[in-house]
This record gives sequence, C-alpha cells and structure tokens, in this order.
Amino acid sequence: MIEFTIISWIMALLVIGAAIYAIETKDLLSSAIAAGVASLVVSIMFLILQAPDVAITEASIGAGLTMAIFVYAIGKTGRWEK
Amino acid sequence: MRKVAAIVIASAFFAILLISFYQIPQSGYSGSEYYYSNPITGSHANESVPSHYISGTKNETGAVNAVTAIVVEYRGFDTLGEVTVLFTAATGVAFLLHKGKGGKKRAEANLILREGSKLVLPFILLAGAYIFIHGHLTPGGGFPGGAVIASGFLLMMLSYPKFFMKEKPVSITESFAGITFAVIGLLGLLFASSFLENFLPLGNAGYLLSAGIIPVIYIAIGFKVGSELSSIADKFKEVQK
Repeated sequence: MIEFTIISWIMALLVIGAAIYAIETKDLLSSAIAAGVASLVVSIMFLILQAPDVAITEASIGAGLTMAIFVYAIGKTGRWEK
Repeated sequence: MRKVAAIVIASAFFAILLISFYQIPQSGYSGSEYYYSNPITGSHANESVPSHYISGTKNETGAVNAVTAIVVEYRGFDTLGEVTVLFTAATGVAFLLHKGKGGKKRAEANLILREGSKLVLPFILLAGAYIFIHGHLTPGGGFPGGAVIASGFLLMMLSYPKFFMKEKPVSITESFAGITFAVIGLLGLLFASSFLENFLPLGNAGYLLSAGIIPVIYIAIGFKVGSELSSIADKFKEVQK
C-alpha cells in the first residue's frame, strides 16, 4: 500500500508542476505539450483509483485529441505568447 | 492588483475543492439518505440509490458493467443531452472554420511514422470498436471508443499531410447514429412505457448479445463520437491562416 501512496504523491506533484509550467511558459507549443503530460498522468491516477473507463477517455481525449488540436491551432497562429 | 485578485480567486476555488474532497465517502460505503424509487411503477425500495445500483443493475438491465447501466439505462436521457452537446460543438467548429482549397504544401512525415501508422491504424480502430461494442461487459463505452477511433484517424492526419476525412460519409454516419439513438428511445415509448426504456430481451448477463438496448445505443454513440471528433480534428488541420 505504501508504494501506491509514494507513486500517487509523485504523480500529483508531476501534475501540479506540468500545470504550472503550462500556464507560466511563453512558448505555447511546450505549454500544449505540458498540458498533455498533465492529463496523461491524471489518466494513470484514474487507473490507480479503479476508474479504467475514465482513464481511457482521459488518455485519448486529454492527451491525444486536445493536444493535437492545440498544436494545429498554434501552427496556424503563432508559437510565442506576446 | 490583478495578480492579487487572481490569487484570492484561485485559493478560494482550491479551498472549495478541498472541502468537497473531504465530503467524498470512504470506498465501500453505500449508505445515502436518498432512497431509490422506481419511476415507472412508483414503488419505493427500502435501500439507498447507490446500494440499489450496486445490487440491482444486473437483474434489472442485464449489464455486468454497472457504470454503463447507469449511463445508458438509468441516466439515458442525460446521455442524449451529452451527445447533443458534442454535436453542437462539432457543428460550431464546422461553421466557424472554413476549409481552404488545400493549395499549401506541407512537409512529408518521415518513413518510420508513415509506415508505422499504416501498420498500427487497423489495431487502433479494432481497439476502439472493441471498447464500444463491449461497453456493457468491460470498462469503457461509446465515448472512449469513439475517442480512440478519432485518435486513430488523427494519427493518419499527422503522418500523411494529404489525408483528409471525406465530408459526406462522415456526416452520413454521424446523422445515422444520432437518429438511431433517438429512434430507439422512441421505440421504448412505443413498446415499453417510457422514453429510452428497454424493450429488447435481456439475455444472459455476461454475454455479448445481452442487456437489451445498451449495446445498440453504445454502438450508435461510438460511431457518432468517432465521426464528430475526427471531423473536428480534420477541420482544425485543414483551416487556412
């Protein structure tokens, strides 16, 4: 049980760090990738919390489709925040 | 000044989140003050709603996966609303983002990505179809399965710059799936007593052909979500500057 606690703490810190980086960085491309990393880690946390269906949805929508749509939108506009 | 206001709002939101987190009952707790009553017969059962969902879903709906039974059967009307929200979002994207003529030349992806995605695509589509066909047996359902299928098409869009979704088959699939959902609901009104009520035989719990209308509705939702999400991704890819 103690391993799960340690893994959960590490992943919670990863999510918080990725979210803060996604907000603070001026590079929009790495911001989108950091948001994708955050939702990927959140999907693993859902799996540990025994919600596999939510984990599948979060992994495919949060880390896949949303990030791709952000990357397409950044490609059409501009990479750096002004 | 704006930073201080942002910090105050964020910490208030965080406090609300923490308070509601401590309200979550322990796992295994199924007591609740909301008692289950059958909406059709009007009879009151002497148990709470969560424990009724845990004990009664298998006999009442024939589905082994209780989450699916709640999403499609007990709360089927909410799911219809959810599908409508996604449809509205896809329509808005299609309305706002006009497709260009596609004259711009994009760089080709490298060989490994191109060939690897060709190899992997059938398995991604198969996994998505498995997730939504087996929604009443295993974790997952129409929304995750459709999202997996859309991410498979997204992989093709990333590796082949010229790959695009044909608009007509996608919209026909989407409309047909949406109509299937609504018509099954109306058939429930006709053959049973209320909208979206089960009218097919329940079958043996645990088999593929069981649980009445749940697999049919989830297959329709899977096709609908898959076509909508891949058309959204396609619109974002094709739009001109």
